[in-house]
Amino acid sequence: MKSAVILLPGLNRDRDMIAALTKIGGKPPVTVWQTDTEIPDVDLIVIPGGFSYGDYLRCGAIAARMPVMRAVAEKAAKGVAVMGVCNGFQIVVEAGLLPGALMRNASLKFVCREVKLEVANADTRFTSRYEKGQVIRSPVAHHDGNYFADAETLARLEGEGRIVFRYAEGTNPNGSLNDIAGIVNDKGNVLGMMPHPENLIEDAHGGLDGRAIFEAALGRAA
Amino acid sequence: MIKARVTVTLKNGVLDPQGKAIEGALGALGFDGVGHVRQGKVFDIELDGADRAKAESELKAMCDKLLANTVIENYTVSIT
Repeated sequence: MKSAVILLPGLNRDRDMIAALTKIGGKPPVTVWQTDTEIPDVDLIVIPGGFSYGDYLRCGAIAARMPVMRAVAEKAAKGVAVMGVCNGFQIVVEAGLLPGALMRNASLKFVCREVKLEVANADTRFTSRYEKGQVIRSPVAHHDGNYFADAETLARLEGEGRIVFRYAEGTNPNGSLNDIAGIVNDKGNVLGMMPHPENLIEDAHGGLDGRAIFEAALGRAA
Repeated sequence: MIKARVTVTLKNGVLDPQGKAIEGALGALGFDGVGHVRQGKVFDIELDGADRAKAESELKAMCDKLLANTVIENYTVSIT
C-alpha cells in the first residue's frame, strides 16, 4: 500500500509521521507540498501535526485553503483514506472534510501528556485491528483540541458511530464534547484525531499502542 | 478605496474559555458588575474601487471562505 504525507510550512510532526509510515508500511511515503495540485496514486494520505502557518487566524484555517487541500478533497471524494492528526485534524475540519470545530483547550493551557483512548468504533478502515471498547495509550500535544459541534451534528456523529476514539478514564485533556478524540466522515474514509499514534509505534517509544491504526490503514499484517 | 471593518464573534452557546478567563481577570482587578465577556476578532480591510455594494458582497464571501468559521462564529461587515 502506498501512502503520502502532506507538507505545509509550520508542521513539525511530519518527520515522525514519515518514520512511522516507513517502519510500518515498509517503504517511505511520498511527500506532497502545499502548492502541489495533484497527489500521486496512493491508498493513504496523511496530514501530520504541528503549527501550520503559526496557527494564525485559526488553527489549520490557512493551511486548509492551500491548493493541495483541494487535491486531498478530490482524493477523499474518490474514497482514498485520509488521516489528519493533531494540526492535521484541525486542517481537515477547516477544509470541511469533517464536521465541527477544534477550539482552544478549556484549560487554556497547552497540554503535552499521555492520555487513554477508548476505541469507540472498531469497524473502520483505521481501527479494524483494535477491539471495540479497547483502551489504548496515546500521547497528545496541543493547545486547540477542544472538539465542538452543534447538538444536531453531535447526535448524528453519535448515532452513526462516527466517533472513533474517545478520551477514556477521565483523561479528556481539553474539554472536548462527549470526550471526542477522533471522528470519521460519513463514508468512513477520512479520520481526524488529536492524539499522536505515530509516537507510540516502537519499543523505544515505550509502547506499540498506535501501530494498529497504521497497520489497518496500510492493510498490513500485524 | 473602500475601508471596511469585519468583526467576528463566537456564536451564542459556544463556550469561550478565553472570554471566561478575561471575565475573571477583570473581576480580580476590582471591576465590579462585569457580566459575560466574549472575545472576538476585528479585521480592518482596504479594498480597491468605490462600489460599496460589490465590496460588501466580496467581504461576506471572504468571511464565509476564510475570515470566520461559521460552525462556531458569526460575522458583521461594516464599510466606513
